[in-house]
Amino acid sequence: MAKIKFKLNDKFVELDTDPNRRLLDVLRDDFNLTGPKEGCGEGECGACAVLMDQKIINSCCTPLANVIDKEIITIEGFSKTKKFEVIKDAYAKTGGVQCGFCTPGMIIATESLLNKNPHPTDFEIKIGLSGNLCRCTGYNLIIEAVKEAAKAGDGLW
Amino acid sequence: MVEAYLPKDLDECLKILNEKKVKIIAGGTDMLIQNRSHTGMSIGYRNDVLYINNLNELKNIYEDDAFVYIGAALSLEKIMESDIAPKLLKETILEMASPAIRHTATLAGNIGNASPAGDSLVSLYLMDAELEIRSINNTRRVFLKDFIKGVRKITLESDELITKVIIPKLMFEKAYFKKVGPRLSDAISKLSFAGAYQIYNNKITDIRIAFGAVNVTVVRDRLLEKKMIGKTIEELKGMIDLLTSWYDPLIVPIDDQRSNKVYRKEVAINLLREFIENLI
Ligand SMILES: Cc1cc2nc3c(=O)[nH]c(=O)nc-3n(C[C@H](O)[C@H](O)[C@H](O)COP(=O)(O)OP(=O)(O)OC[C@H]3O[C@@H](n4cnc5c(N)ncnc54)[C@H](O)[C@@H]3O)c2cc1C
Ligand code: FES
Ligand code: FES
Repeated sequence: MAKIKFKLNDKFVELDTDPNRRLLDVLRDDFNLTGPKEGCGEGECGACAVLMDQKIINSCCTPLANVIDKEIITIEGFSKTKKFEVIKDAYAKTGGVQCGFCTPGMIIATESLLNKNPHPTDFEIKIGLSGNLCRCTGYNLIIEAVKEAAKAGDGLW
Repeated sequence: MVEAYLPKDLDECLKILNEKKVKIIAGGTDMLIQNRSHTGMSIGYRNDVLYINNLNELKNIYEDDAFVYIGAALSLEKIMESDIAPKLLKETILEMASPAIRHTATLAGNIGNASPAGDSLVSLYLMDAELEIRSINNTRRVFLKDFIKGVRKITLESDELITKVIIPKLMFEKAYFKKVGPRLSDAISKLSFAGAYQIYNNKITDIRIAFGAVNVTVVRDRLLEKKMIGKTIEELKGMIDLLTSWYDPLIVPIDDQRSNKVYRKEVAINLLREFIENLI
């Protein structure tokens, strides 16, 4: 057991728990944040993705110990921002959402990519989303969604 | 329950390594997956664990005239973004996993894991990378090729930690890394290849060839490389069948479900052929 402090969705949080726990379990079980989901549980699908210091990570392969003093934003926290609105509208407009299972992770990946690179090429978008699996859309619509978000949100990132 | 140590600085970290029997965790992208318990909740570590990813002393990257020094806890993504990391290493990292994994995984973790399919190892062997290894009373430097002894076998004492990866600054006419795998990312490589050469007055002055995932550890043969030095590009191209026959016996993939041996061997030889045919 150890005292673990970090920032979660804009609030400082502190908990006394086992640092070996996966960030995914802590978010879901201790904070009731169910946006990040367990898909594969082994880093391959991106369903558990969150932002750590504005960059995408997989919460299923991140130990809580590695989150100390970092800033974590889940889809719940991100959905309160202007950038989220732009990305969400872009996905809706291009048809980048079908069943929706992958969508929170895709949105996190999109935000992480645009933070680093506000005007990505198709190739850069493919790399940016390469850790997120989608069983429905065949990716092309999602690539269009990212391009649309970059255009509609020009100046935001 | 397994104890987790969270040192504040490197001194404390080395002290813990000296006093306790612990397993090191950096990014944890190998450790969490390998020790995942299928019952859910806690990770099934066999030993107490030591977390090093919060140690700022291990997060720097710098250079001198001869080498680039990469801190053990610097993320793969940060290495890729750095101006001083060798180009070949950056190109290799781009082929590893996905952005989410690269934001937390480390180079020292890829080395510590010592998988035959570890992608960075191929390029690091090619560049004659070294490691700085520390314990509470000692700092030593060792070549990566002497550090890795086999599948998941490394020569690290229980009180030691990799603190830096040290890469010589090299000049190549051309150097590249190639990975043959099923998907753009996240594929633990089926097979990887790195090749580099330097020419002067139309003669080869340096040539290096390394294969990953075709034997228990990276395959690189300096004696064979020496036999190619001094030749012209045309001479090398003319002896391509002989060259591939030299490498053939070294390529003995350990069999697993990912791909069968025959396929791997064929691809490896083709990558070598392509490298030689494209020398300019
Ligand atoms: C989805 C997914 C995709 C992947 N894709 C690839 C890929 O394409 N190519 C590839 O090569 N790998 C891949 N990997 C494997 C892994 O991400 C890499 O091996 C990574 O570099 C490990 O770094 P880490 O910091 O996360 O290691 P950790 O899991 O923290 O540690 C790995 C091992 O190294 C030891 N170690 C770590 N740091 C040190 C140190 N400073 N001193 C001594 N020992 C140390 C640990 O004790 C452990 O044995 C993938 C993994 C996942 C989950
Ligand atoms: S659940 Fe984490 S990547 Fe699939
Ligand atoms: S929309 Fe169904 S998995 Fe992507």
